[in-house]
Amino acid sequence: MAELSPKDRLKIPRQHIPEQDPEIRKHNFNEVNLGYTPEMAMLEAQRCIMCKKPLCIAGCPVAVKIPDFIKMIAEGKFREAAAILKEDNALPAVCGRVCPQEEQCEKVCVVGKKGQPVAIGHLERFAADWERQNIGIQIPPMKEKSGKKVAIVGGGPAGLSCAGDLIQMGHDVTVFEALHDIGGVLIYGIPEFRLPKSIVKAEVEGLENSGVKFVKNYIIGLTETIDELLERFDAVFIGVGAGLPYFLGIPGEHLNGVYSANEFLTRVNLMKAYNFPEYDTPMFDVKDKNVVVFGGGNTAMDAVRTALRLGAKRGIIAYRRTEAEMPARIEEIQHAKEEGVEFMLLVAPIELIGDEEGWLKAVKLQKMQLGEPDSSGRRRPVPIDGAIEILPVEVAVVAIGNGSNPIIRQTTPDLKVNKWGNIIVDMDTMKTSKRGVFAGGDIVTGGATVILAMGAGRKAAKAIDQYLRDPDSWDRPKTEQVEVAQESK
Amino acid sequence: MNRIVEARFIGPEIKLFKIEAPKIAEKRKAGQFIIIRVHEGGERIPLTIADSDTSNGTITIIVQGVGKTTKHLNMLNAGDFVQDVVGPLGRPSHIENFGTAVSIGGGVGTAIAYPTAKALKEAGNYVISIIGGRSKEYVILEDEMRKVSDEVYPTTDDGSYGYHGFVTGKLQELIDSGRKIDFILAIGPIPMMAAVANLTKPYGIKTVVSLNPIMVDGTGMCGGCRAVVNDKTVFVCVDGPEFDAHQVNFDILTKRNKMYLVQEKHSLENFMCHYDNLFFSALNEVKEKV
Ligand SMILES: Cc1cc2nc3c(=O)[nH]c(=O)nc-3n(C[C@H](O)[C@H](O)[C@H](O)COP(=O)(O)OP(=O)(O)OC[C@H]3O[C@@H](n4cnc5c(N)ncnc54)[C@H](O)[C@@H]3O)c2cc1C
Ligand code: SF4
Ligand code: FES
Repeated sequence: MAELSPKDRLKIPRQHIPEQDPEIRKHNFNEVNLGYTPEMAMLEAQRCIMCKKPLCIAGCPVAVKIPDFIKMIAEGKFREAAAILKEDNALPAVCGRVCPQEEQCEKVCVVGKKGQPVAIGHLERFAADWERQNIGIQIPPMKEKSGKKVAIVGGGPAGLSCAGDLIQMGHDVTVFEALHDIGGVLIYGIPEFRLPKSIVKAEVEGLENSGVKFVKNYIIGLTETIDELLERFDAVFIGVGAGLPYFLGIPGEHLNGVYSANEFLTRVNLMKAYNFPEYDTPMFDVKDKNVVVFGGGNTAMDAVRTALRLGAKRGIIAYRRTEAEMPARIEEIQHAKEEGVEFMLLVAPIELIGDEEGWLKAVKLQKMQLGEPDSSGRRRPVPIDGAIEILPVEVAVVAIGNGSNPIIRQTTPDLKVNKWGNIIVDMDTMKTSKRGVFAGGDIVTGGATVILAMGAGRKAAKAIDQYLRDPDSWDRPKTEQVEVAQESK
Repeated sequence: MNRIVEARFIGPEIKLFKIEAPKIAEKRKAGQFIIIRVHEGGERIPLTIADSDTSNGTITIIVQGVGKTTKHLNMLNAGDFVQDVVGPLGRPSHIENFGTAVSIGGGVGTAIAYPTAKALKEAGNYVISIIGGRSKEYVILEDEMRKVSDEVYPTTDDGSYGYHGFVTGKLQELIDSGRKIDFILAIGPIPMMAAVANLTKPYGIKTVVSLNPIMVDGTGMCGGCRAVVNDKTVFVCVDGPEFDAHQVNFDILTKRNKMYLVQEKHSLENFMCHYDNLFFSALNEVKEKV
């Protein structure tokens, strides 16, 4: 193929990723996006102008060598593209699907200054899928065995990326997971139609093939404490994720039909309640019911779209602010709209109303308007006096975030946490206040993103490797204090 | 997979299991529970650990067959496996030497009260146990309770054994007789626990109950197990399962536990039907062979 000039490259339109028709997909749990064909991927890859100083890399939390892997795709060298991705990102097939690219690499992509940015996420997904489907997930080269043992607590993205790096560095790695399946939010939170479970499973198998051991149904803090782990492992990484879903603190939250998003999604994703009664876990029958979801993040979109797929008559997002403030990925908001999700903006629930028997019947909503900007410059929603609306619903899902899980904190008193219960670490090394113990992911930052959790797992792996090879390095003074970074989140 | 090493019925539809789970056997304290999945695709249900044996690494659970999962479990026998077991979950019972402690178990609740009664005895309490059932067959673990109690009073609703009436009747009798009671632990059906709480409140006797909401993960992740205690939301799996009886909102607990009644009934009927079919096809196979 003749070398294209930058001008020619800019003329190629961004390749739209094929997807299931909204009318069909809203009745099934199959993945919405179908992925690029090799031809589409190569064409899209040619849109990249191969910047000398690529801004996209700086926009990526784990600094994937973006132009390098895109170049390989453009040349049809898909195997090489996947290999480059995996140098920096342990789970590219996952990240290509769930990263908020529009806030990261694609936000700063030079091509996007005038037109639409290079579809970095779709290309990442393509390369990773191609590898998995055509040659199988490749096992990266391993260093010589070090004889050191590391325990990873939690099998979410943070734990998995830490485990993946440490095994390559030659250490013996065991992941302990509380649930009966590995993947954390990737399996119990994010639905099949956005991230097929078979992909997570393949990634976990890849890690198993490289030698990572997995122990399921094992709760650190209860089945075995951190201190006991330290007796049989040389280092411990804690990646237990967020926990304890927040509720609204309004009357009626205990009515039947009111769920946290975690419970709603766990019943459907992990326990496969949509297959009830073939699978045993029941689910409130949302068929032909009105479902409202409070929140504007990915979790809220996942819950409302799941409700539609379960046959809900109406799926409604009720959000306190406007669409511009919604933290969800833009693609998810778009997909939700295409599938018929209704958006009620600038409303806040103030009461859940039930019947005698304790079943939810309606929600009382307070209408809001945007007031003066607050210290962060965001315009705060303020109630409009007397503007109340009653919305009849049988199911309400609360998706307003999570606090921190108390189990590790309660059973490891010498592990320092901040006032929200998040573990305090040195942000460069992910070292905690307890010798030999590192932490990362949502349990440190509060609910964040898959890629940030993975980045933290990686950073920790590097520091753990150093600590294992030179244990005295733990005590060497480090300059910055991290508590500051923590408090300002 | 965890192997069942012993399984026997100790009452109508009430079965005792000893299951291999060495780590849990070693760790568990009175008042804690496990979550079990009987088979792949099964639901996760909480069951209290009634006892443990560290010498052979087993835990004891006692199961009343009421829904699909418990009925399925009750069909298993020694040598069979369950899909998985996780624990020990929840906070252990708060044990101290209160003086005179009364442990009250209603039906299969006796199995849940037993480990805590045992721990209370070991802590030096004078332990009185009241163990109730609909009729004689439903009064379980009497011998075990006798070993860890100074006095044991079985009660039956129909008078077929022991005191004729509810556990609260017997408790009232003890209070009326002027016995000094410092602590009460009551575990059983919600109406029973609510009745005990109502009874003891005017006397100001410290009373603890163990709540049994619907659970999913058991690790504080889903909030499905939430209950209202002292007008605040608690997550029973991590904040409990034991709470001050006088502060529990039993009405909300009762209603929330009915959330899946329709589905559960459906599931059970489906299962029993499937089981009957299996049974008949097995029977036919045997007949054909003969
Ligand atoms: C519904 C939903 C949708 C989301 N969508 C997106 C998205 O589109 N894009 C994005 O970037 N992010 C998304 N997120 C956020 C993202 O999933 C999280 O930030 C990320 O998973 C955090 O990773 P983690 O490894 O820290 O924790 P988790 O993924 O929470 O994993 C922690 C694991 O540890 C286990 N564990 C907990 N306690 C213990 C213990 N004591 N012992 C042993 N194991 C334990 C848990 O069971 C869990 O498996 C979403 C989150 C949710 C809930
Ligand atoms: S910023 Fe955009 S155009 Fe530049 S290298 Fe990155 S992806 Fe390519
Ligand atoms: S069972 Fe899920 S939080 Fe308690």
